[in-house]
Amino acid sequence: MSIMINKDTKVIVQGITGSTGLFHTKQAIEYGTNIVGGVTPGKGGTEVEGIPVFDTVSDAVAKTGANASVIYVPPAFAADAIMEAADAGVELVITITEGIPVTDMIKVKRYLEGKMTRLIGPNCPGVITPEECKIGIMPGYIHKKGHVGVVSRSGTLTYEAVHQLSTEGIGQSTAVGIGGDPVNGTNFIDVLKLFNEDEDTYAVIMIGEIGGTAEEEAAEWIKENMKKPVVGFIGGKTAPPGKRMGHAGAIISGGKGTADAKIETLERCGVKVAETPAVMGETLIEALKENGIYEKCVTHK
Amino acid sequence: MNIHEYQGKEILRSYGVAVPNGKVAFSVDEAVEAAKDLGTDVTVVKAQIHAGGRGKAGGVKVAKSLDEVRTYADEILGKTLVTHQTGPEGKEVKRLLIEEGCDIKSEYYIGLVVDRATDRIVMMGSEEGGTEIEEVAEKTPEKIFKEVVDPVVGLMPYQARRLAFNINIPKELVRDAVKFMIGLYQVFVDKDCSIAEINPLVTTGDGKVMALDAKLNFDSNALYRQKDILEYRDLDEEDQKEIEASKFDLSYISLDGNIGCMVNGAGLAMATMDIIKHYNGDPANFLDVGGGATKEKVTEAFKIILSDDSVKGIYVNIFGGIMKCDIIAEGVVAATKEIGLQIPLVVRLEGTNVELGKKILEESGLDITAADSMADGAEKIVSLVKA
Repeated sequence: MSIMINKDTKVIVQGITGSTGLFHTKQAIEYGTNIVGGVTPGKGGTEVEGIPVFDTVSDAVAKTGANASVIYVPPAFAADAIMEAADAGVELVITITEGIPVTDMIKVKRYLEGKMTRLIGPNCPGVITPEECKIGIMPGYIHKKGHVGVVSRSGTLTYEAVHQLSTEGIGQSTAVGIGGDPVNGTNFIDVLKLFNEDEDTYAVIMIGEIGGTAEEEAAEWIKENMKKPVVGFIGGKTAPPGKRMGHAGAIISGGKGTADAKIETLERCGVKVAETPAVMGETLIEALKENGIYEKCVTHK
Repeated sequence: MNIHEYQGKEILRSYGVAVPNGKVAFSVDEAVEAAKDLGTDVTVVKAQIHAGGRGKAGGVKVAKSLDEVRTYADEILGKTLVTHQTGPEGKEVKRLLIEEGCDIKSEYYIGLVVDRATDRIVMMGSEEGGTEIEEVAEKTPEKIFKEVVDPVVGLMPYQARRLAFNINIPKELVRDAVKFMIGLYQVFVDKDCSIAEINPLVTTGDGKVMALDAKLNFDSNALYRQKDILEYRDLDEEDQKEIEASKFDLSYISLDGNIGCMVNGAGLAMATMDIIKHYNGDPANFLDVGGGATKEKVTEAFKIILSDDSVKGIYVNIFGGIMKCDIIAEGVVAATKEIGLQIPLVVRLEGTNVELGKKILEESGLDITAADSMADGAEKIVSLVKA
């Protein structure tokens, strides 16, 4: 088991003929992801890498039965692409594109209200269920199948955490990158809920960063609802206020969104927080041992 | 992206949002000329820098004659203002706004921001104008009123009215205040603002509702479709190294320390700063080379780090995903060969093509300290810099 995606997920790629889209489509196919089609307006009827290309998402869904989409289209056209996928009834839309204007995302969120579509991202590495389905730009080989759920606002920091886990023999159920933008589709709590209900996930590692209050809200939710141990890390302890640290959402403004405030709330809500990014794996292992589930979580030697 | 107050007011004026008459001046003579043109009894001389708190730092003066305008303009132009937002080094004033004085009756606060909790634009208002809104939020949160805007219809008149009544704008001026707020919202969405703050909004003796100050920030992701806003960019207000980095699409922020950092990914870059600090080192910068970095980009990134004289050592921390380790290794080798390297360099590579990357570094014959993990690298660079 896993959350959101598995070996049966049928994926279409929006922007499949662009260089980024094409590169990661090849990687995904190699990993074993079931890529059933691509969409590039005007290139319908052609094929790339043996994958049929369609002009519209609705066409692609009708012909392939896809239930997930991954978006690599450039930022100026990404909002339109997300809405097109939602309109076509795609259940899961994963947007990798970085640099979408925030006013566009506000419209997208409004558009998605009342629809069945779940949006992941934008500006995220994607979602992976190890050894089954990889949708996004993460390096597949560092992931191992197992029982720890990973959710994160940052891409490379997720790789760091996953690598630390895999090195210690701790496999992952699913790793979800929710993205570093201020307005995004799916937040920590949404993903935590899914992990909480997933029988195959025994513990969760949550990686946050400065800016906003999503981590604090997640912490309160964990305290009230989470049945499984959660370990956290917050990046940007030493970031100066008022500076945007790469991600549009990673900025301390008006004294809000500091790492210290987030860490304090997490700890108060029973979430063990890794002191440095180098000990995310170790901290999780400690938590697993405290909860008597370490043995169950070691899936590789 | 930030712009100056006078530029913000230009935009507001073009949307029918009331602002005092004023003109920008780059010299004392221009300032006097501008005051003459305005022809008002009282003129305000305002320093134009990208930072708040100018008044307290002596950057805003009220002049009652042209001679006083000359005196104040002369005093403020070229002066380095130190405010709570400039950092201790302060900012030199190179432009002035010469503005008509107005007879202020009351001061209010109006601000627009993107609210992450609702994923909507929110207009905030308070009758506590003129003070920092964060301070109001902390001490008297009940005095801040909010209106969440539905993007389908925009800020509705009833919302603006409710806000105006809530913050106690005099009844006879509510209509003007509503017009003001709706105009401000339109600026926010049309121009892709990330913050639009009017502090203070004032009502005047002659019955006007006006923006006495204007702080507009813009979403840098949207600048591609806001060419007119891009023209307002003032490079004098930005860090030279940050400008250089932006040319190569590198995300770079100057910091005070002495360990230069080169990392891929914003989260890992932040975490790298944190771990250096954890081992009692001090990062000199935040630098994310991004996912699609080429050998050339890596070389440029290196040059920018080295152009900072305070840098006494460099830590390269890469977790290759899309980014391949051999590309990074080639870039590092090319850069060090091109510009030479007199300071310690620690490299930690992990991820895609890591073995190939390590081999390139080993065979280069350069004096590079390899690290096995993020922590190992941080520890090594800190001890090398201290040695």
